[in-house]
This record gives sequence, structure tokens and C-alpha cells, in this order.
Amino acid sequence: MAEETLDREPTRRGFINWFLGTSAVAFLLSVFYPVGRYLIPPPVAESTAGTVTLPLKAEDVKPNTGQIFKFGNRPAILVRTTAGELRAFSAVCTHLNCTVQYRPDLGHIWCACHNGHFDLNGKNIAGPPPRPLDPYVVNVRGRQIVVSKSA
Amino acid sequence: MRGLVALAWLALVGIAALPAPAAAQQQRPESCAACHLETGDERLANPVKQFGEDIHSAKGFGCVACHGGDAREAGMEAMDPAKGYIGKPERRQVLQVCGRCHSDARFMKQYNPALRVDQVTEYATSVHGRRLREFGDPKVATCVNCHPAHSIKPPSDPRSSVHPLKVADTCGRCHGDPKYMEAYKIPTDQLAKYRQSVHWRLMSVKGDLSAPTCNDCHGNHGAAPPGISWVGNVCGQCHTVQAEFFGKSPHAKVFAQMGVPGCATCHSNHEIKEATDAMLGLADQAVCAGCHAAADKGGKAAADMRALIDSLGGEYDKARAILLQAERAGMEVSQAQFDLNGAKDALVKARAAVHAFAVAAVKKETEPGLTISAKAYARGVRALEELQFRRKGLAVSLVIILAVIAGIVVKIRQLDRKEQRTPSP
Amino acid sequence: MGGSAKPHGRLWTWLDERVGLAELEKLVKKKEVPVHRHTVWYYLGGMTLFLFMIQVATGILLLFYYRPSAEEAYESVQFLMAEVEFGWLIRSIHSWASNLMIFTLFIHLFSVLLLKAYRPPREVTWLSGIGLLGVGMGFGFTGYLLPWNELAYFATKVGTEITGVVPLVGPFLGRLLRGGDEVTGATLTRFYGIHVAVLPLLTTLILGLHLFLVQKHGMSVPPGVERAGGARRTMHFLPNFLLRDLVGWLSALAILAALAAYYPTELGQKADPFAPAPIGIKPEWYFMFMFKTLKYLPSYILGIEGEIVGVVGFGMGGLVLLLIPFLDRRTARGEPSRLFTWIGIAIILYMIALTYLGYTEVATQ
Ligand code: HEM
Ligand code: FES
Repeated sequence: MAEETLDREPTRRGFINWFLGTSAVAFLLSVFYPVGRYLIPPPVAESTAGTVTLPLKAEDVKPNTGQIFKFGNRPAILVRTTAGELRAFSAVCTHLNCTVQYRPDLGHIWCACHNGHFDLNGKNIAGPPPRPLDPYVVNVRGRQIVVSKSA
Repeated sequence: MRGLVALAWLALVGIAALPAPAAAQQQRPESCAACHLETGDERLANPVKQFGEDIHSAKGFGCVACHGGDAREAGMEAMDPAKGYIGKPERRQVLQVCGRCHSDARFMKQYNPALRVDQVTEYATSVHGRRLREFGDPKVATCVNCHPAHSIKPPSDPRSSVHPLKVADTCGRCHGDPKYMEAYKIPTDQLAKYRQSVHWRLMSVKGDLSAPTCNDCHGNHGAAPPGISWVGNVCGQCHTVQAEFFGKSPHAKVFAQMGVPGCATCHSNHEIKEATDAMLGLADQAVCAGCHAAADKGGKAAADMRALIDSLGGEYDKARAILLQAERAGMEVSQAQFDLNGAKDALVKARAAVHAFAVAAVKKETEPGLTISAKAYARGVRALEELQFRRKGLAVSLVIILAVIAGIVVKIRQLDRKEQRTPSP
Repeated sequence: MGGSAKPHGRLWTWLDERVGLAELEKLVKKKEVPVHRHTVWYYLGGMTLFLFMIQVATGILLLFYYRPSAEEAYESVQFLMAEVEFGWLIRSIHSWASNLMIFTLFIHLFSVLLLKAYRPPREVTWLSGIGLLGVGMGFGFTGYLLPWNELAYFATKVGTEITGVVPLVGPFLGRLLRGGDEVTGATLTRFYGIHVAVLPLLTTLILGLHLFLVQKHGMSVPPGVERAGGARRTMHFLPNFLLRDLVGWLSALAILAALAAYYPTELGQKADPFAPAPIGIKPEWYFMFMFKTLKYLPSYILGIEGEIVGVVGFGMGGLVLLLIPFLDRRTARGEPSRLFTWIGIAIILYMIALTYLGYTEVATQ
């Protein structure tokens, strides 16, 4: 009896140590794996707080066109005027919050919901909208277009 | 008696006039006011009291500007018809009195260059104006019925009777009064109906002053019911897209031939309710069913358009729901939610395209909307899958932790047993 | 077993000659933990320590993405949750562990209080402990604002307003805390500084003292157990007690992981200082009993504003708690001290009752 325990003890202890060691290593891996992944920079390198870098190249925005993009959680509109200038505004109509669009035929911004018109300074020029659209600042950095809230 | 009052007045004016230069006195003819306030008769005093707040008073006009006479005279001579005094202008005269200035572009320019000067001309085209001219109708409105003489304020002033929020009341004072309107045999429920409408709700609840009130559709000075042929143009002022679709639709011609108005045939006029999808198709509340049946071509188109809109609506709701579910579970899906707005826009556009009364026009809008919804839905599914993945990851790490714990517990047992065998000192 | 006789490797010897490992080993080997029916409570301090370590680790990780300004704070957290892999996990663990830490901290405090472990010579251990309680709550209060969301914004507004009630220095303190008259971006920067620099520094100092004293005095045996007499049993700290500690820590980690996966911390809406306060703003749960008390107080008590009475009252209460080792003379003399046991139980019941009320009563304003 005594011999048997003596005999079995080392292998059992060995097994427990092996088990403990392996699971401890697995445990460490399960801690360091998420931490490692966390530290790898995500594909979009920066949060879009007060500025957003548009997923468009400056030369791809043709004159006399407009484009909606996401600014924070709300839509905004980027317009290239016929003169080639880039401008950006909040795209939320100041009347009943429809999303406005650029009308190449009119050469200004238009809200389809109730025929609201805004000029290229964002000013409400006709129709129901009571206030101008909020303007944003557009900068071109190399080929990137960076839009930010005005200071 | 008269002499006495005049004497007292003379004394007063004399004292008041002493320091004041003559020019100022001419501008502010005080003599009318003094007597009218003094008589103690409310009817005579009220116009004076109210006039202080009147826009004309603010611009420096006095009683004489409309009533004539000579305010420099202290006694009753001030009201000498020979001096142009006209007293209370009678009905037809009112137009001349107001029009003398308001139709004179050169004169008005000095005060407000932006103000129109065609009110009197417009008035002549209105039902009010025609009845006054042709029948001398004593009940129709003239200038002062809507712009109460002596307390006229610009429409931008919230106290004004013609401020957008007050217009309906002002018109309704006559048009909502069945007794007053009895002789004309026209309905008097417009005000009550308008109060039920989506337009009034926007105006009164949301404070959207651009929402239409009476004059936006009927005109104000030229007030008249929009002719059947131009109802659409009136509504199209704001509802451009719908009006454009309608203009090109088969209904435009047919309605004209039938002699029914465009928009109002389905949407009614004064009590326009919020348009819902239920109006489309052939079911219970559908307006199409009034003329069309399932068998005819129009009925089929109506049913098809409804099906398209319903399917987009359904897909949109489904995508929204799953994104919301993902968001509630703590997933970040704001980009997907943002993109889904495109489907909402498509739905709005499709609903507008219904007014083309052609299935193809609606389909053109619903199809991209369906694609957007499907994409958003897929992202919702992916977010929920990611959630599942998190849970699986959790399960794996829990198993590992439990394994370590089990190992340690066994180790502790071992230690304890060993210590029992070899009691520590 | 003589410690020095045990054979060690070359590296150990090398280090020992330079760092003095042998002394450390002797210290650790000597450390014993008493075994009796109240031994469980000895694990709470260690548990709190473990959770604090988790806070330090996850906090450092969060710093890599967080940006402390009113313009960017919310967006950077949103970015962390949306774009950064396992960002949700790190943030959720940080927020859940903070709650758990305060919870174990309270239990640790009350077990020490009820077991009278504060009696001489452990008065300073107790004092440093209260210091840690203050620091812990400070961590919670300042950290809550950092995501700059609506709930946190208004809770902080209310919380800092209460500071303003303190007689004499209140308005000044309120301004100092807010970095101005209102809760603004300036407050956020301030809270950030406090949360990631000031409090960690204080914690390191106070915790160091706390642990040093615990090590110096060893674990106290509750007076009740001492009086009962009988054979004293002990267990080695290493490895017996530490292994048991480890089981607790791993369990805590498992619970944290589950909480993070099933109830990730929400972000809510971005704070808008001009928006009306949402109904039912609630402070963190560990401030609830104070918040609720202040709400229940009549507007005037004996001619003094109710809120002032409340705030001063809590101040006095804190002071009494701090000074308990010096007030409880009977325990110090080794006699049973029923009074202080009841005081402890009364505090616990009061806190539970008001917290309960705070969460069950319908918010009307
Ligand atoms: C961050 C917060 C804290 C940490 C990390 C911490 C850590 C510890 C640790 C590791 C121990 C030894 C194990 C134990 O007795 O549980 C301990 C003991 C002790 N702690 Fe704390 N503690 C904290 C807060 C507090 C608080 C709030 C108090 C009370 C005011 C307190 C009072 C004590 C006392 C009196 C002891 C000695 C207990 C004994 O000897 O039986 N600690 N603490
Ligand atoms: S919502 Fe843009 S005009 Fe009505």
C-alpha cells in the first residue's frame, strides 16, 4: 500500500504540474492576445472628431458637383463650384432635416423635400428653410480633402 | 361749451408749443388726440390709444394722413371738409385712402423699398374686390378688416393680425362664421378643417412659420380659391418633386378632362393629413380604389407601387432593427446606421415618385434603396456574428481560467495533505 | 526547515548578492496567516489590490487612444469601441473592474471594521485604508466624466454642485474642481489630470504605506477568536494563502470577462451642455446613498439649508469613520465593544437601504 502511493505520487504530481503549466501558458496567451491586437493600429488611424479626412481624392471631385459624406454622425455635403473651389456644409436641411443635395443645373444646393434652396455660401435663398446651412472648413492636404468644423 | 374746450385746448397747445419748433408741431398734430381723449367716449378715444403702436405712427404719420383735415386747428375747424377732412372713410373709400400711398412706388420707396405696391390692383382681382366693385357688397373684407385700422403691424410682428400664426384666425373671423357667410352658400368649415391639417400642426406645434396658412394658397390681397387647373402649381411651390411627377403623369390630363383638381382629389385641401402608404393601392384606406379596381391597368399599377414601397419600407425597418439590436448589445454600428439613411432617402424619393403613377418611376428609387438596406442588414448580421464571436472567445477563455483554477485547487489540496503528514513546527 | 540551506541556482545567487533576495525569502517564508472562522475576510484586501492592478493595466491601454478634450473625448472613445480591435473589451473591463473594486473595497472596510482589526497597533493601517477609500471614490468620480457623454456630464454637474454647498470653502472648491463656473472642457481636462496622474500617485504612496504596515504587523486575529482561546492555527502565506488568493483573482477575472462580453459598457449620446438634463440622472451606485440622502433632506433644518446640513453631516460621518480606532477605547483595552459593532452594522444597513431606495424609486425630476 505504502509502496504504491510512493510509486504513484511522482507521476501524479508530474501530471498536475504539466496541467497547471500548460493552462497557465494558455491563460497568459488569452490575456496577451487581445492586448496585442488592441495595440495594433486600426486601419482608420484617427477618430473623426472635429475633422474628417474624406475617402476621396481631391482631383476626383469634378467642378459643379456635390457629394454627401459622414461628419460625426450627421451628413455633410462637399461641393466643388464651377470655379473649382471646394466648400463644405452640413447637409441637414434647416427646415425639417431632410438631406440636401447639389443641383448642377441650378448651380446651388437644393432640398427636395419642400423645394428649399441654398446658395454656395450655405445661405437659404428660397423656400421654407429658416436658416443657412452650417459651413465647414475644407483644406486640401496633398491629394487628401480634410473637412473640419470652423473654429 | 365748445368755445370753452377750445379755449382750454388753445392754452394747452400754447404751452406745449412754446419750446417746440414749428416743424415738429406740424409732424405731430396733437390736436385730434387731445379732444378725442378728452370726450370720455371710448369710441372716440380708442383709435387714438391704439394708434401709438401702429406702424404708421412709428413712421411718423398722424391722423391727418388718412382722415384729412388740419390738426393745427384747435377746434372743430380742424375737421372742416373744406380742409380735406373725410371722417371715417366708407368702404370703397378705404381702398383709395390706403392706395394713395401704398400704390405709389415712388412714395413707398422712401420707407420700405422692398414692399410691394400692387395690393390694390391685386385686391381688384380677389373675390372680395369683385363683389365690392360689382355689387357694393357691404360684407366683404377691405384693407381694414384684415389690417385693423389704428393698430396695423407688419406681418413679422407676432402681435399682428397677419402674422403667419394669426392669419387663419383673421380669415376665420368671417369665413368660420356660418351666420355671417349664410348668404354666400359656401362652406364655413375651412378653419376647423385647417386646424386638423398637417400644415397647421407644423406651424403651431413645430413653430415652422414657413408651413402654409390661408394666404399661401389663396393669395392674400388677391384672395380667391385656386382654380382647379392651378391647384397643383400652388402645392408645387413646396412639393416640387411631387408636382413635377404629377405634371407628367397620365392623371394630369385625365383629371383636367374630368374637371377635378390635381393634388386635392386625393389629399383633400384644408384638412390635409400626413400622407401615408395606406393611401396607395387598393386596400381599405387607399384613395386609388375610389376609381380603380384590381382588374384594370391603373389598379394593378397601384398595387404594384404599393408592393414596391412596402418591400423597401420593410427591408429598411428590418435593417434598422438589426442595427439597433447590435447597438443595444454594445456594438459600434454608427457608420452602417449612417449609410442606412440612404435607404430612408430612397423611401422618401420613392414615395414622391408615386405621383408619376408609373411603376417604373417608383422602381427606379426603390431598387437602390433595397441594395442599401440589404448592405446595412448584412452589416448588422456581421455585428451580431461578431457578438457571437465575442461570446465564443469568452467561452474559450473561461474554460482556460477554470482549468487554471482547477489546477491550483488540486495543488492546494496536495499541499494541505502534505502538511498534515508533516506537521509544521 | 532552515531557509538558507536550500540550494538555489546560479542566477539566484548572483541576484542575491546584489539585491538581497535571501532576506526577502526569509520575510516571505516567515509570513503566516491565522486560520479561524473569519479567515475569508483576509482575502478581500488582496482582491481589491488585484482589481486595482487590472485598473492600472487597462487604464494604461486606454490612454493609447483616449483624447482628453471636450471636442474629441467622446469621439475618441467611440473610435476605440468601433475601430480598435478589442477596444470594447479593454474599456468594458476597466469600467466593470472599477465598480467591482469599489465594491470589494467597501466589503474589505466593513470586515475590518466589524472584526475590529483597527485596534492598536493598526490605527495607521486603518487611516491609510480610509485614504485609499477616498482615492478609490475619487477615481470613480473623475473617471465617470471622461467619455464625455450625456449621463456623465449631468451626473458630474450635480456632483460638483454638491461640493459648492460646503460652507465657506464650497464655492471655491466647486470652481477649483470644475476649472470654472460650469462643467466644461476645462473640467474634463482637470478630471483627466486627476484621474491619470494625481490619484495614481497618491494611491502608490498610500497603498505602499498600507501594505508595508500590513506586512509589519501581520494579520490581526479578531478579538472574539482571541478571547475564545483554543489552539491557534496558521497557514503559510506562500504558497498556501497566495494560491487561494490566486483562485479568487482568476474567478474575478472570469466574472469580468463575462460581464464585458455580455454587458459591454455603453457610450450613449455625446454631452451637450445646452441640452436639457435627461430625466433620472443617477450618480455611480456608490454615491447613491449620499445622493438620495440629500434628496430626502427637507429644504431647511433649524434654519440652515438642508443640503448644507447633509454635506456637513457626511463630512462629520467621514471624520468619525476615520477616527474610529481612537474613539473605540474598549476595543483598544481588549474589552468587547458592542457599541462599535452596532455602529458598523447601522452604517451598512443605512447604505444598503438608501441605495435600494435610490434605484427603486421612480425618478420624477
Ligand atoms: C485600494 C484600496 C485597498 C487596497 C488595495 C487594500 C489592500 C489591503 C491588503 C492587500 C491587505 C492585507 C489582506 C487583508 O487583510 O485583506 C489589507 C489589510 C488591511 N486594510 Fe486594506 N486595502 C484597501 C483599502 C482599505 C480600506 C478602505 C480600509 C479601511 C478603512 C483598509 C484597512 C485595512 C486594514 C485595517 C488592514 C489590516 C487587516 C488585518 O490585519 O486583519 N484597507 N489591505
Ligand atoms: S426639409 Fe428641406 S425644405 Fe423642408
